[in-house]
Amino acid sequence: MEEKTTIENPTEDVESSNTVVDIKGLKKSFGNKHVLQNINLTLAKGENLVVLGKSGTGKSVLIKCMMRLIQPDEGEIEVLDKNILELKEHELNDMRKCIGFLFQSAALYDSMTVGENLEFPLRGEKDVSVEETNKRVLEALQNVGLEDSIHKMPSELSGGMRKRIGLARTMMLKPQIMLYDEPTTGLDPITSKEISKLILEVQKKYNTSSIIITHDMECARITANRIVILKEGEVAMEGTYEELKKSEDEWVRSFFE
Amino acid sequence: MVDTIDKEKNKETKDAQTICEVVNNREGYTLTSFFADMGALATFTLRFFKEAFRPPYEFNEFLRQCYLIGFKSLGLVGITGFIMGLVLTIQSRPTLAVFGAEAWLPAMVAISIVREIGPVITAVICAGKVGSSIGAELASMKVTEQIDAMEVSGINPFNYIVVTRVLACTFMIPLLTIFADAIGLLGGFAGVNIKGDTSFSLYFLQVFNSLDFIDLFPALIKSFFFGQAVGIIGCYKGYNCNQGTEGVGKAANSAVVMASLSIFVIDMIAVQITSFFM
Repeated sequence: MEEKTTIENPTEDVESSNTVVDIKGLKKSFGNKHVLQNINLTLAKGENLVVLGKSGTGKSVLIKCMMRLIQPDEGEIEVLDKNILELKEHELNDMRKCIGFLFQSAALYDSMTVGENLEFPLRGEKDVSVEETNKRVLEALQNVGLEDSIHKMPSELSGGMRKRIGLARTMMLKPQIMLYDEPTTGLDPITSKEISKLILEVQKKYNTSSIIITHDMECARITANRIVILKEGEVAMEGTYEELKKSEDEWVRSFFE
Repeated sequence: MVDTIDKEKNKETKDAQTICEVVNNREGYTLTSFFADMGALATFTLRFFKEAFRPPYEFNEFLRQCYLIGFKSLGLVGITGFIMGLVLTIQSRPTLAVFGAEAWLPAMVAISIVREIGPVITAVICAGKVGSSIGAELASMKVTEQIDAMEVSGINPFNYIVVTRVLACTFMIPLLTIFADAIGLLGGFAGVNIKGDTSFSLYFLQVFNSLDFIDLFPALIKSFFFGQAVGIIGCYKGYNCNQGTEGVGKAANSAVVMASLSIFVIDMIAVQITSFFM
């Protein structure tokens, strides 16, 4: 029996007419391996889009292409009405500040304390004072319920805490779009649920649009407005959680069993 | 014009990625992959010189790296320098004694240490200690996506991580060399007095009388190049690590091997150039 979550249905706030991400004909190969073959995707303002798929289908490559951490072979990626593949370096850096990216491993800087980790994204912002930085650090830590950890080193944190701090760090620049790379991987079911709820809270508080890469169906159920399933480098199926769960395609249903 | 520069830069980045893929995907180290490796290293070095003059200048991180690379290596460099001076003196004495030239011992030790042993031994020690540490640190940052995390925050990781470390190596290794030379000469003084009786002032008078500017200056110049080689190779190996945790060990190992080898190659070239002017 599926446990009912107390979080409201996130589909209510989606402004589907306002597209913030538009991906057309995206292709990426590594040697002879064609990871992304022809990806077409859109993300509406305020929407949470979950991307599902077997390991190796290019889910992480997809969002790394969106940040231009990986250069795609073909296709177009429009983020906030700008083709991200044609941006100059300083424009790309400005664009990246509008997009938050939570890495699978949280990617906290080992040599810095939690507080320094959170301050780091603000070092390039000339108009942010020290007081404002400290205020934002404290606020970000309060958002994830870890204000006591400000002086801790990343090695002193548990997996769930690292993910929360990673999320807090991405929120420092108040991005409009959030990309989550398997946010609940390696966590116990209770912590996974807490992270999923946190994703929704962040979306509501900062009015972000999100793409969530996950294998965790509970996370997908809690967070998704819409789900996209990748198969062999292409979008195989698209719909809401309930629609896909009732799909006639046995392969699609196998994700929900 | 700016568009063209940016397009060229994108192409350069893509080419560098392709070269690194060739290097990392190789099965066995072939001649092709050796040249690919050298090409990628040259591109990396070129990028260092471009980024070093571009703001923002990460001065605090540079100072932190100077402390880690310079101050934290003082003990090791000092002990090694002292032992080298002591051993060199003890080993040389019997040969000089055969010719009745024991009085030349301080001069011989001074010239050997200042011209060759001090810079080379310091650089090789730093290749082992600093080069491996930079290689492993950057490789581990790469595999745990910390470098990507900097990039997605709109911060240039090359400027913050690579430029600061290479500059710190370039400035700290010559200073460590001067320190090692001084301690090595003290070791030589201890070695001279094991079987003899030379006063401190007489020993150092003989040392400084034997040394010319031409002995010290080329040695310091080449130690700048040693420092740069240690920094660039350590950073290059770590920054381009792509094989998970196994790659961290490989990056540290190959950083030490390649940096040590390059120190001897630079030394050989430096000796040829110096002898041309002497």
